[in-house]
Amino acid sequence: MYDVIIIGAGVTGAAVARELSRYDIKVCVLEKGEDVCVGTSKANSAIVHAGFDAAEGSLMAKMNVRGNELMTDLCRDLDIPFKRNGSMVVCIHEEEKEGLQVLYERGIKNGVKELYILNREECLEKEPNLSDKVVAALYAPTGGIICPFMLNIAMAENACENGVEFKFDTEVTGLSRKGEGWVVSTKKGDFDTKYVVNAAGLYSDVFHNMVSEKKIHITPRRGDYCLLDKEVGDLVSCTIFPQPTKLGKGVLVSPTIHGNLIVGPTAVDIEDKEGTNTTAAGIDDLIAKANDHVKNLPMRKVITSFAGLRAHEDAHEFVLGEPEDAPGFIDCAGIESPGLTSCPAIGEYVGGLLKEKMSLKEKENFKKTRKGILDPTSLSVEERNELIKKDPSYGKIICRCESVSEGEILDAIRRPLGARSLDGVKRRTRAGMGRCQAGFCSPRVMEILNRELGIPYEELTKSGGNSKLIVGRTKEVEA
Amino acid sequence: MTYYDIVIVGGGPAGLAAAISARKSGIESILILERDTELGGILNQCIHNGFGLHTFKEELTGPEYAYRYIEQVLDEKIEYKLETMVMDITEDRIVTAMNKQEGMVMYQAGAVILAMGCRERPRGALNIPGFRPAGIYSAGTAQRLVNMEGYMPGREVVILGSGDIGLIMARRMTLEGAKVKVVAELMPYSGGLKRNIVQCLDDFGIPLKLSHTVVNIEGKERVEAVTIAKVENGKPVPGTEIRYTCDTLLLSVGLIPENELSKSAGVELSPITSGPVVNESLETNVPGIFACGNVLHVHDLVDYVSEEAERAGASAASFVRGDIKESSGKVIDLVATEGARYTVPTTVDVDRMPDLLTVRFRVADVFKESYVSVYYDDERIMHNKKRIMAPGEMEQIILQKKKLAEYPDLKTITIRIEKD
Repeated sequence: MYDVIIIGAGVTGAAVARELSRYDIKVCVLEKGEDVCVGTSKANSAIVHAGFDAAEGSLMAKMNVRGNELMTDLCRDLDIPFKRNGSMVVCIHEEEKEGLQVLYERGIKNGVKELYILNREECLEKEPNLSDKVVAALYAPTGGIICPFMLNIAMAENACENGVEFKFDTEVTGLSRKGEGWVVSTKKGDFDTKYVVNAAGLYSDVFHNMVSEKKIHITPRRGDYCLLDKEVGDLVSCTIFPQPTKLGKGVLVSPTIHGNLIVGPTAVDIEDKEGTNTTAAGIDDLIAKANDHVKNLPMRKVITSFAGLRAHEDAHEFVLGEPEDAPGFIDCAGIESPGLTSCPAIGEYVGGLLKEKMSLKEKENFKKTRKGILDPTSLSVEERNELIKKDPSYGKIICRCESVSEGEILDAIRRPLGARSLDGVKRRTRAGMGRCQAGFCSPRVMEILNRELGIPYEELTKSGGNSKLIVGRTKEVEA
Repeated sequence: MTYYDIVIVGGGPAGLAAAISARKSGIESILILERDTELGGILNQCIHNGFGLHTFKEELTGPEYAYRYIEQVLDEKIEYKLETMVMDITEDRIVTAMNKQEGMVMYQAGAVILAMGCRERPRGALNIPGFRPAGIYSAGTAQRLVNMEGYMPGREVVILGSGDIGLIMARRMTLEGAKVKVVAELMPYSGGLKRNIVQCLDDFGIPLKLSHTVVNIEGKERVEAVTIAKVENGKPVPGTEIRYTCDTLLLSVGLIPENELSKSAGVELSPITSGPVVNESLETNVPGIFACGNVLHVHDLVDYVSEEAERAGASAASFVRGDIKESSGKVIDLVATEGARYTVPTTVDVDRMPDLLTVRFRVADVFKESYVSVYYDDERIMHNKKRIMAPGEMEQIILQKKKLAEYPDLKTITIRIEKD
């Protein structure tokens, strides 16, 4: 019997898990994927939003501003990089300038700490590569950039170290009442629990609708992205947004926390909750849109393109808390942008809710910090040589583009909730994330996964399930 | 800091030939730094034959060709370090390398020879639409898996790009029992050698579809199907789609010289070759830093890599010994235009050039019954007819020192491809 079962190990599920790991209760996270951070959390803009977009008084606005506030300390505690590079909403038509004023006022009401309206000269001084058409911009210094993988993985690891159980490849198939609590049915058996937290992302409507008559509906809203080489990562220093429309915040151009340049997303509503395919039209569209507000975009430097799906609820609002007709079931549904920014606040909110309901006491040995995978490039030559002397695997580079050593990959595999696939290693260490896109390092990472985890080559996957990397040995004769 | 007369970055065909040539030029203190577990570079995974026809007048496999040079390196007792990654090169030729045994080590080099080779262009660079499942490999990665590790990346294969590695892998996968359904090439011509199209595709009945590209990849976990379409004016033509069920997509869509280290040393790169800009001695803009092989420009045949690397090795040796010939400072620019894409080298100092200097270049399109024309300023001094020239094969002209001496005021040598 669990006290709480969380469905989903994305940023929301991981943030809730980490909050609940403060208390002396039995918590389990059920994840249908093979790893944390494999759904919406892995493919988004990687932005910590300031909080001027969401409607005044909405949960989105509250969670965004609070999440933004919490981010600095959280990232320090979890030993992951975070940078407040500032956000700019750029206006390129004189007649649309009042839109900036609307955003400015909304931001102030939402509680965003610093906001400025910049004139054309101030904009160009800050960002020389803005479009020549720029007339003004809203500037929010509290906007930031973060690595969604690292945030998700770090929160989950920290929760795990504090006693939360994680079950992967465990898709939830049904929810039913048992007394005051629930039976959670999965492909790997049934689990009893007092409370259920629904952090199922694109599938959060499915689970909500299993238990509540007040139906919600999630539309997968696809966004295509292009990621550009680090060589051009400094084209802009702030995150550059166009003025928002009803489909979202529009195509942004931003440096990433790792020094690449990201351009995207588009916004297309689709049916398929797994429809993360990019389209030629989508990529063309985002390039055209990005060129509207930023000039000299070097699209020849694209190293990869990808698509993510936002879990868009019809009401365009986070659905948080207990539905009236389903006590013991806590929704975190409709978590679309600014979901990444909001996750620490959502964790705090759900943690508070359950603390009150279950009269929880904080345990004494809660460890709020977690040590990240060591980045040897942050060391001096002397320190690095000391490290290599102690552990020679840090002296062997496996991913040449991102300069990732064998030591880092071994750490990623051996730590709590360690990597078991090529993508798992990639998201933890960046091996394969560089300009050659894993051409060089994948056979080498496969060899390490095989050696370290004893997974036969034929069973190694890109990202779990049937994403097998090879089909057999050479010289094999079919029977 | 340990000093070496010459530090060579990369122990593939270019690095090996450069080292041997430098030794033959009398340099004792040479160090080759190689990141892999053995010398030989990419040749070790090229187990097909066809190497060495020019150099050794016989057909060798890649490993055999490499071993001819490795043997000499061993005989000459040239020092080398394996599993050693060069992390940085500075303008004043301090090379920082790292390995498990020694950690980070800095070497002061009298001269540096860049011989890092090239890498494959990934899918992302093409923005191929569709899902991102397992089963998409660059041809070279697949070649490594099959030839070095003994694993099959798939059984039903579509190949995008007709670069040489893609063509070679079409045959290799077929020989291992896989079904290669089609090779699609974006351009109206192949990027590979004619002989590879014949021996790797035609001989096995594998169709080559020119002016076609991949417009969709299906399969959420593993590749399930790939759709290709005809391309006109750079855009897929609706209605021409053909869908192939398959479990693997191999990409052979171009090679990029690997010049991250060159950049850190302040070496100027050509936007066309993506390799360093070099003079007649294969020296970059940074004095004492030389380049050869695929890091300089992507070659079609390894024989030419070896030949070029020998020149780089000899030049670096001269630089170290300080016996570079006196120069009056007269430098002639080499310009490729009208059908010729680039030249290597891009400048010639007549006083310092050898009696015969090979200039290599590639053409930008397929040219039939056309002429390679060489102009000394405005005067056409060479007009050689060629039955066929294609972007997949390197071309060359040879400049004669004696002849150049007759043109004391010459500023520019231009290579053009002319119809008549």
